[in-house]
Amino acid sequence: MLSGPPINWVLLVIGAWLAIGFLGIVALRIFGIVAKIFFPLGGLAGFVLAIISAKALTSGVVESRVLPIGLPQLQFHLRMDQLSSFFLLILGVTTVGISLFSAGYFRKGAGTAPGLLCLEFHFFLASMALVLIADDAYSFMLAWESMALSSYFLVTANHRIPKIRAAGFLYLCIAHIGAIAILLSFGILQANTGDYTFANMRLQEISPFWASAAFLFAIFGFGAKAGILPLHIWLPEAHPAAPSPVSALMSGVMIKMAVYGFLRVAFDLLHIQIWWWGVLLLALGIATALFGVIFATVQTDMKRLLAYSSIENIGLLFAAMGLALLFRSYGMNELSALALTASLYHVGAHALFKSLLFLTTGSVLHATGERNLGKLGGLIRFMPWVTGLALIGILASSGLPPFSGFVSEWLLLQSFLFTPGLPQSFLNMLVPVAAASIALVAALAGYAMVKFFGVVFLGQPREEKLREAHDAGTLEKLGMLWLALATVVLGLAPNFLLRFIDPVTQILVGKGLASSSRANGWWLITPTSLERASYSPIYFLLGVALASALVFVVVRIFYHGRLRRSPAWSGGHAWQNARMQDTAEGYGQPIRQIFESFFDLERHLPRPEESEPEYRVVVNDKFWKGLYLPIARITEFISAQVGRLQQGRISIYLLYSFLTLLVTLLMVPGVRR
Amino acid sequence: MSLSQFLSQIFATLAALLIAPLLLGWVNQVRAWLANRSGPGIFMPYRLLHKLFNKESVVADTASPLFRFVPYLIFGCLLLASAIIPTLSTDLPLARAADAIALVGLFALARVFIALAAMDIGTAFGTLGARREMLIGFLAEPALLTVLFSSSLIANSTALKTIVQTVSQREFTIYPSLVFAAMAFVLIFLAENARVPVDNPATHLELTMIHEALILEYSGRHLAILEWAAALKLFAYSTIGIALFLPWGITDGRSPVQMLIALAFLIFKLAILGGVLALVETFSAKLRIFRVPEFLATAFLLGVIGMLTNILLGT
Amino acid sequence: MSSISIQLINLFAAFLLLLAFAMLVQRRIINLVHMYALQGLTVVAATSVVAYVTNQEHLYYTAAITLVLKVFFIPWILHRLIKRLNVRWEIETLINIPSTMLVGIVVVVFAFNLALPVSKLSSSVSPGTLGIALACFLLSFMMMITRSKAIPQVISFLSMENALVFAATSATYGMPMVVELGIALDVLVGVFILGLFMFQISEQFESLDISHLESLKEE
Repeated sequence: MLSGPPINWVLLVIGAWLAIGFLGIVALRIFGIVAKIFFPLGGLAGFVLAIISAKALTSGVVESRVLPIGLPQLQFHLRMDQLSSFFLLILGVTTVGISLFSAGYFRKGAGTAPGLLCLEFHFFLASMALVLIADDAYSFMLAWESMALSSYFLVTANHRIPKIRAAGFLYLCIAHIGAIAILLSFGILQANTGDYTFANMRLQEISPFWASAAFLFAIFGFGAKAGILPLHIWLPEAHPAAPSPVSALMSGVMIKMAVYGFLRVAFDLLHIQIWWWGVLLLALGIATALFGVIFATVQTDMKRLLAYSSIENIGLLFAAMGLALLFRSYGMNELSALALTASLYHVGAHALFKSLLFLTTGSVLHATGERNLGKLGGLIRFMPWVTGLALIGILASSGLPPFSGFVSEWLLLQSFLFTPGLPQSFLNMLVPVAAASIALVAALAGYAMVKFFGVVFLGQPREEKLREAHDAGTLEKLGMLWLALATVVLGLAPNFLLRFIDPVTQILVGKGLASSSRANGWWLITPTSLERASYSPIYFLLGVALASALVFVVVRIFYHGRLRRSPAWSGGHAWQNARMQDTAEGYGQPIRQIFESFFDLERHLPRPEESEPEYRVVVNDKFWKGLYLPIARITEFISAQVGRLQQGRISIYLLYSFLTLLVTLLMVPGVRR
Repeated sequence: MSLSQFLSQIFATLAALLIAPLLLGWVNQVRAWLANRSGPGIFMPYRLLHKLFNKESVVADTASPLFRFVPYLIFGCLLLASAIIPTLSTDLPLARAADAIALVGLFALARVFIALAAMDIGTAFGTLGARREMLIGFLAEPALLTVLFSSSLIANSTALKTIVQTVSQREFTIYPSLVFAAMAFVLIFLAENARVPVDNPATHLELTMIHEALILEYSGRHLAILEWAAALKLFAYSTIGIALFLPWGITDGRSPVQMLIALAFLIFKLAILGGVLALVETFSAKLRIFRVPEFLATAFLLGVIGMLTNILLGT
Repeated sequence: MSSISIQLINLFAAFLLLLAFAMLVQRRIINLVHMYALQGLTVVAATSVVAYVTNQEHLYYTAAITLVLKVFFIPWILHRLIKRLNVRWEIETLINIPSTMLVGIVVVVFAFNLALPVSKLSSSVSPGTLGIALACFLLSFMMMITRSKAIPQVISFLSMENALVFAATSATYGMPMVVELGIALDVLVGVFILGLFMFQISEQFESLDISHLESLKEE
């Protein structure tokens, strides 16, 4: 089954997605067909993609194709190596869940026509797959831009709401600035040879100065897509604005494309690595992670909370890549492989659990029509399935054993603890500080996730209408179940994914973890040796489960199982209502107080004489006022100046053209002589 | 896993299970003595547990299944934690399942679930307790990690077994970084076990309580299990402290004689530690809740300095 | 030279750093004085160990002077001062304590890195301690910046001097006796002058808050 070169299959999947998209246009308003047939078909294509890339990873086949489309002399060079395959695998697995969910999610009547959504959605998927197999700058940029555009249209699916249009605009704006930086990076990498294929870039040996420039452009460009500080500003606007499956796709998969692009440039295309690149990336990553998680804890909108949590995870990813770069620059390839493995593992883990969490918010949104945390609560009674699945998501996201988030965190911390071997003492001292910050981020992530889950699903419903909430539909459940299952597998059998990561680190840094990790059995991961560190999620789970079950049984045998239901006690206070529970604001209050300097707070406190007291606190991003508004103002000022040129009279415009012509003629070398 | 290994694991786990309430009783007894009271005796926690187990469980009618499931889970987490910390012997088969980082993860797992259970009923106290518990957790957890890292850097390993062996069984060395780690650990220990400067185990005053607010809605056997779990947590933290800073006496083997000698050592050390804890509690006043983050941030940063010192001074 | 004495000196160095941090975050003036005395005691212990290891008699004298002066006499004076001025209560720092600690860590990293190349050249008992001494010095300086009351500032000034003495003994086997005596005398005189100064301030402004001194500036 599925024999033949993997790259052909990938092209077939891309073709299938495009075809489904265009069929969507044909059946523009026939909701039943689009939702119940096209989306599951897209999911099936994703499944095929996952299997193909897994096979390609284990077989180690690297293949190239040149497609005779595009401009003359600028054909599409395609290549599928291990790095591409790994990300294709993640894309495929995640797509299955999200497509299934979307089949049940999109409803009639709201915003864009279902057929159009279907086109945009599958175009988005196809362009992401194309990004991953592109082997020259031209096709890469083409795929990259169509990815940005299709996701822009998906974000603005409800384009009648002005706020969503604004979010979409911001997203598009930053995406384009990032794309320019990526293009510049490629421009440096081709080293004036005029040949923009990646194969050529790999051969070029550019000077450290230009290599650093290319690297910085790459950080900027890919960082803009990933949401690295201070380019994160679009993420908490755009992700919540999009329909939930799209948020899931963007948060779970699209921002990983930036990680892919960055790995491609930093480890594959650039022939050298310099130590301060790693330090810069580490610092940026940790700052981003801390920023993201602190903001996540004070959010009052459930999708914004998750969006900030994505920023945090991207920060962790970049920190891990920074560490890998640092090790790589000193030729410590085993350690580099360890850090890189941590980062790739987190790519997989985050893609799954964050998609899952975004999908659960979609179900909640459908069932209640609310995304404000202050108006939710108690959904565990009305939506047990969604609650259970969300629980898996938040446990993985909090980095708790035995779930998937913990494995990557564990690997990352392990790679930090190996650092004292670095040749520069200054770096050796920075690293413990970094490790401690990572630990802080992980613990804060737990805080944010408890808030998310506790406020949405536990407690009493804060509004009466929540009592009519219904559980997700079958297809939605299936989609989420798929992602939850994958999350659990990643958590319990880390060696399973490590097998697929190993070939990637082998080609990037020449070392892999799989053999040493599995040396003591598939249930145990040991990055180096048993004396140094080991972790076995299966034992872990069995231990906890066994102990819990034992207590349960023993208590039943020796005592009794009598139970009485009564109203909540609550310290004997007789009168209770749902409004007395902590609000989302209240839950975030300690963090707001401790990290007050991080926030731009707008507080409105009621005065004693007010008859209708109102308490309001809005937490804003300092970057918005401190960085973006000034830039916007300067841009506006410059445009206003340029605007003066615009006189409205045609002869003036002709004069401009005339002057331009004169200047151009002057520049022609022959004329001046 | 050989039979003797299995037996020694069972023995260590059972010892943890049985000593934990005694340790709690001992601390309370010493506190009573220090306050010039005669005290209830060190077996009081057992009597309390027995009483609670016999009572029927009253569960709020708004509670979800999560609420009833959580006590068992937490007990399971903390029992596993006590089982993987080298209390008597370093030769524990279960210890491979989790190293120091996973141990912290285990505590975090228990914390997240108790916070969720407290939010489940939807009373004002529950959510308040959950928030405060997570507030302590998010600072104490990384602080504990930095403490463990300080030791890990010395032993070049995160496996608790190797750490204990390095500190106890090589030639005697003073590790300056452990001064910081120990100081930080004391602060974390007090905060995590709801002891006096941070929380008062004896109070039910709404404004100040943390641990009690979390378990306010529990009764009967559920409460008994949670109380026992709290005792296990105290035990687990005490033994982490012993393993990191005073590991002498922990055996390498698994023969019954070695285990019994190690048990004697452990009880001796726990008795002293419990006495010191009671002394610290008697001498300190409870902090305002807003001071608690400061208290824990201090612990966290001390841990970081410990790691830095380790790199500067080496060993 | 036995390794155990090196370890001991390292241990005392770690204690000093711990105390410097503890002083940085301490709010109660009376505890600050206790910690200052403890710091002095640590310096005495470290000096004695160095004296023993290197067989330098004059270091014993240094230790003795330090003991009398910084463990007993100056803390005693400070205690009396506090009683007379009645300033036992808690004081708020200018910057909140976690931030102070964070800056403190940056300072420590800075100091360690600064000292590393120097200590590699040095042939002293325990080269790493120079970094710690430098860190203690800078931390005490920081403490002086973050306090708004006069007495904590004096204490931080004194603990700066402690760090210097420690640096001198552990990194370079101590200074010549004359210099040591001179420093000791300086400190003593300094304490007296500062004490008088504080009385003056508190009489003048009925408070020891140095922000009142701002009113002295030219308008």
